Amino acid sequence: MNLKLRVWRQRDRTEKGKMVTYEVTDISPDMSFLEMLDVLNEQLILDGEDPVSFDHDCREGICGSCGVMINGRAHGNGLFPGHPQTATCQLHMRSFKDGDTIDVEPWRATAFPLIKDLAVDRSALDRIIQSGGYISAPTGTAPEAHSILVAKKDSDAAFDAATCIGCGACVAACPNASSMLFTSSKVVHLGLMPQGQPERNDRVVNMIHQQDLEGFGGCTNIGECSVSCPKGISMENISRLNHDLLGALRAGARPKS
Amino acid sequence: MALELFTVGEPIADTKAPMDVPIGERWSERRFRARLVNPANRRKLTVIVVGTGLAGGAAAATLGEAGYKVKSFWYQDSPRRAHSVAAQGGINAAKNYRNDGDSVHRLFYDTVKGGDFRARENNVHRLAEVSVNIIDQCVAQGVPFAREYGGLLDNRSFGGTQVSRTFYARGQTGQQLLYGAYQALERQMAAGNVEQFPRTEMLDLIVVDGRARGIVARDLITGEISTHFADAVVLGTGGYSNVFYLSTNAKGSNATAIWRAHKRGALFANPCYTQIHPTCIPVHGEYQSKLTLMSESLRNDGRVWVPKERGDTRDPRQIPEEERDYYLERIYPSFGNLVPRDIASRQAKNVCDEGRGVGPNGLGVYLDFAEAMQRLGRPAIEAKYGNLFDMYAQITGEDPYEVPMRIYPAVHYTMGGLWVDYDLQSTIPGLFVIGEANFSDHGANRLGASALMQGLADGYFVLPNTINDYLAGGPFDKVAPDHPAAVEALEGVREQSERLLSINGTRTTASFHRELGRLMFDLCGMERSEESLRKALDRIPEIRQEFWTNVKVPGELGRFNQSLEHAGRVADFIELAELMCVDALHRNESCGGHFRAESQTPEGEALRDDENFAYVAAWEWTPEGVPPVLHKEALEFEYVHLAQRSYK
Repeated sequence: MNLKLRVWRQRDRTEKGKMVTYEVTDISPDMSFLEMLDVLNEQLILDGEDPVSFDHDCREGICGSCGVMINGRAHGNGLFPGHPQTATCQLHMRSFKDGDTIDVEPWRATAFPLIKDLAVDRSALDRIIQSGGYISAPTGTAPEAHSILVAKKDSDAAFDAATCIGCGACVAACPNASSMLFTSSKVVHLGLMPQGQPERNDRVVNMIHQQDLEGFGGCTNIGECSVSCPKGISMENISRLNHDLLGALRAGARPKS
Repeated sequence: MALELFTVGEPIADTKAPMDVPIGERWSERRFRARLVNPANRRKLTVIVVGTGLAGGAAAATLGEAGYKVKSFWYQDSPRRAHSVAAQGGINAAKNYRNDGDSVHRLFYDTVKGGDFRARENNVHRLAEVSVNIIDQCVAQGVPFAREYGGLLDNRSFGGTQVSRTFYARGQTGQQLLYGAYQALERQMAAGNVEQFPRTEMLDLIVVDGRARGIVARDLITGEISTHFADAVVLGTGGYSNVFYLSTNAKGSNATAIWRAHKRGALFANPCYTQIHPTCIPVHGEYQSKLTLMSESLRNDGRVWVPKERGDTRDPRQIPEEERDYYLERIYPSFGNLVPRDIASRQAKNVCDEGRGVGPNGLGVYLDFAEAMQRLGRPAIEAKYGNLFDMYAQITGEDPYEVPMRIYPAVHYTMGGLWVDYDLQSTIPGLFVIGEANFSDHGANRLGASALMQGLADGYFVLPNTINDYLAGGPFDKVAPDHPAAVEALEGVREQSERLLSINGTRTTASFHRELGRLMFDLCGMERSEESLRKALDRIPEIRQEFWTNVKVPGELGRFNQSLEHAGRVADFIELAELMCVDALHRNESCGGHFRAESQTPEGEALRDDENFAYVAAWEWTPEGVPPVLHKEALEFEYVHLAQRSYK
């Protein structure tokens, strides 16, 4: 396949960026999208040009490092009928047609400052976790595992939420750059388990508060997040979070800072 | 063995385990005898932890809770992206929840035997003991393990064992365990106990007066190279499978931290022990950047076969039962498809070498679920393996519910690593090494679901107990940033980076990495021989020479520069590859993941030589041109008696 790529190039956040056009040739349909970018980069290096920076690591859809807007869609999800939701590393070139023009841009959100080209800083998501996305269980203090019973349906539902990989696609896809799908996945994962109950109210108010401090937008139930999520995290989590938040506020929980 | 390849130095010994008490009491006895640091003094002590996977993340969180000042370094943007996240299958623990005869002793026994008697009994026993606490810890953190309808934890079995001792969270156990550790770590960061250094890569170890006292690191965003000091340094930086270029490891996984520590004096043990995982998706082309593993748990229900006839290219569904060879079930009737990884991998290679492999390039065997689908029904298979089936379909474009999967072995895990004693301390005092980065627990082969166990055992329970004994000797004199050792290390890193940028040759770092990887897979891979290894040892210095004169690394030092990051890692892989070949050549026996063509039984099984090789090979770094020095640690088997491994 021969393709025309229009890639966002920006040296760093102090300089202006722009779309630059490149041609790539002999792309095999079995290549992943990132392997196609590798081919482009090798070509650029040998031509004495600066290769395109992009984040990636596991290349099997689980580490959450990779993620670019492909033709305006996060990870390209939603572009191809019948294609399962995936991370960019699991999108294969067989989804495209010979001669296609593909736009490749970074995640865009105030809370995700750009580093270079397609790489952005997503540490805001870690700070949301820091604000309460955990169960306080210091090492060595745990009771025997079988002393905590968890109904299978709760455990399965908690797992469905826990599969969030924190890639940030939900934020990038949202017109408000809201991180609500990310935050709700953790609130719901921990809130569905008996171990998570003691901190449940504080967790939700603190995480929502931190989300606001980071500059993420508010959720208006548009639903792009869930369509773009490589793990198919359901918007039902957002409803559950709102339910938890209301309960917590009624119970008098207030953010720490 | 030709003298020019290496010389033999003084033997070494692990003297920390209390050998005067029975094996089941050694860990509690060691904890009792080790010195403690009182809580008020812990605040005055700083520990650097490099890596945030299961081992590093768990250790940093636990040391932070304990009251030490912790500095945590990692190269990704978030600790949640450490490659432990990708482990699929499960984690072992001797809970005996299945009432199927499991016990700490049996887990210990299986692991020593599974490691082909090249692991240390004391470490393995401790691992089995601690495994029970790991599950408790993770459940308390909210890790959503699979549950039974009654609310109890579910278990399954894994390769190399006959009991169901593996705890799992669908096919994403590593992810869920890592998030548990990550969340604990983020909690400590919020509490101010752990200082974070994201997107920062360790590039050298600072050794002062014989002790590890800090690191040189590069901020990958700004490019700034700086020194960081501490009372002790812990490396939990994972394995080095990427020396083979194509592997199941994340692209960024590298050997740089442990390799540079090795060059500062830490011995490197058993570098040639490489685990080839039997169930990966086969290679599909030249440009491929990485291989994807399919969880070994698939072997619980999938049956492995190839056509009996060579060159049979029919659709697998058209090949009748009597024309199929279920070779694992045939050769190993009692373990069948669940034989350990080294055996399953080698048999796959054998049938492909015979010309009976399947798929486009003949490098593949079938993993067939037709019988299980009939027995259990499609919904049960979807529930158990759904995400793995989806992943396979995405990558290959084939539907595994309809046609058998094709799998082939791929490089997956390295059992070698920096040598550590029972306290997990390397040969440099104050340098501790945990998880896959050390060599200690798996021997020459790793059983399924035991890497997660070792990472968390080291991170949560072992290191946080043993490091106290060392730190009780501190605080050590402060090291000033202008200390000659620190300046020398810092300048060394700067010079190397500048040199890489200035070569401006005609080949990319990736082209060198691919060349090295192919050479290692062909000549020091699933099967090695004196001839292949000598060939590799002739070629590697040439690759190194060419790399340092003809590599092209664009960009600047003081900026985000992914090409420069990769160049430094490839430079280290080239040196490590050479040591791996020397180690593989000197070990003139077959054991676990190390299969020497010259050493096999008449039936083609790996033939160990306990008379001559029942030792850990720990290598000392020497400057270029001087052969490395081999130090041997004798292995004694007091509780699991040396015997030829048999899974028949």
